Amino acid sequence: MLTIVVLISCTFVGIGLLLNLWRLLKGPSVLDRVLALDTMYINSIALIVLLGLYFGSPLYFEGALLIAMLGFVSTAALCKYLVRGDLIE
Amino acid sequence: MKRLLPFPYLSLLLLIVWLLMNNSASPGHILLGLIFALLIPLGTSSMRKNQPTLKKPLSAAKYLLMLMGDIIVSNVEVAIQVLGPVRKISPGFIAVPLDITQDLPITLLASSISLTPGTVSIEVSEDKQWLYVHVLNLVDETKTIANIKQRYESPLKEIFGC
Amino acid sequence: MSLFVEWLVILLLLLGAFFLMVGSIGLAKLPDFYTRLHAPTKASTLGIGAVLIASTLFFSVTQDGISVKELVITLFLFITAPITAHMMGKAAMHKEKKAIDRTRNLHLQEPARNRQPPKAPETTE
Repeated sequence: MLTIVVLISCTFVGIGLLLNLWRLLKGPSVLDRVLALDTMYINSIALIVLLGLYFGSPLYFEGALLIAMLGFVSTAALCKYLVRGDLIE
Repeated sequence: MKRLLPFPYLSLLLLIVWLLMNNSASPGHILLGLIFALLIPLGTSSMRKNQPTLKKPLSAAKYLLMLMGDIIVSNVEVAIQVLGPVRKISPGFIAVPLDITQDLPITLLASSISLTPGTVSIEVSEDKQWLYVHVLNLVDETKTIANIKQRYESPLKEIFGC
Repeated sequence: MSLFVEWLVILLLLLGAFFLMVGSIGLAKLPDFYTRLHAPTKASTLGIGAVLIASTLFFSVTQDGISVKELVITLFLFITAPITAHMMGKAAMHKEKKAIDRTRNLHLQEPARNRQPPKAPETTE
């Protein structure tokens, strides 16, 4: 039962990832792409946690934590760069 | 005591996060966590600005619980708005006048606003008097502002005693 | 694993996955950047929270000893999600991104960009 539910949840999150990818490719501006990337980080954390549930192994937690931290730092850095780049012009 | 433990809440948070990360409460990890919880605030105390301290931890806990409830309500609301017809949504900007002046309460207020129903904080004015907020579905401007002030700002004011 | 916990995990997983999808749908569907900002920050935060709590429950029951590591990620995401949203909103303001026309109080964009107090709307209709 749980296996089926995990697979269904994976499908939901996968659809979400595809929609994010569409927004990432479509834009229309850099910030939309950054936002799409940020959402993709969150969705991939969910996907990794679901993978851990599927295999019943708690080892995937470390990967999820890494993605969470790198995702936050990279989004913050990108936004900072975009703001500052504008100020220099 | 004050010199040894400049930020008691930060130390407690560090200890808790260390134990959570290692997923154990064995004496060795508690000892190591205590060492970090003592050394890191000491080492970084010169970098920190003077922030207001928590005056009422109990009402802070109450505020956190209320925030959790609001997050759930806000998610259901946003989900309904997103799945419903987009043309009905009328977004808008509002400027919320701030009564609190210190950085930490303003940060917490902005974060609370971002996490709760249909609002995202965008920018703070330089004199820290105004908070600009984007609302997903702006129906009544004065009501939204009053709601933010009464629901989130006054408890924060009480918690930090300013 | 008792039946009750299993159903709880299932419920949380489905709810979390649903909210994550809603966040992504909002990202793809809403008309301008500022409205798009709402969907991922809110829906995705609750979605990921639900999934992580389900994972905590599952591993607490199946492995010996409780497993609370996922709570660190939940805590971290709940602290950082509003910060990233605020930074992106700020960046959008400074890039002078246009909001859609039916946005109310568009005149507040100009003072917000310059971090000034709001001015009365100009009546040059």
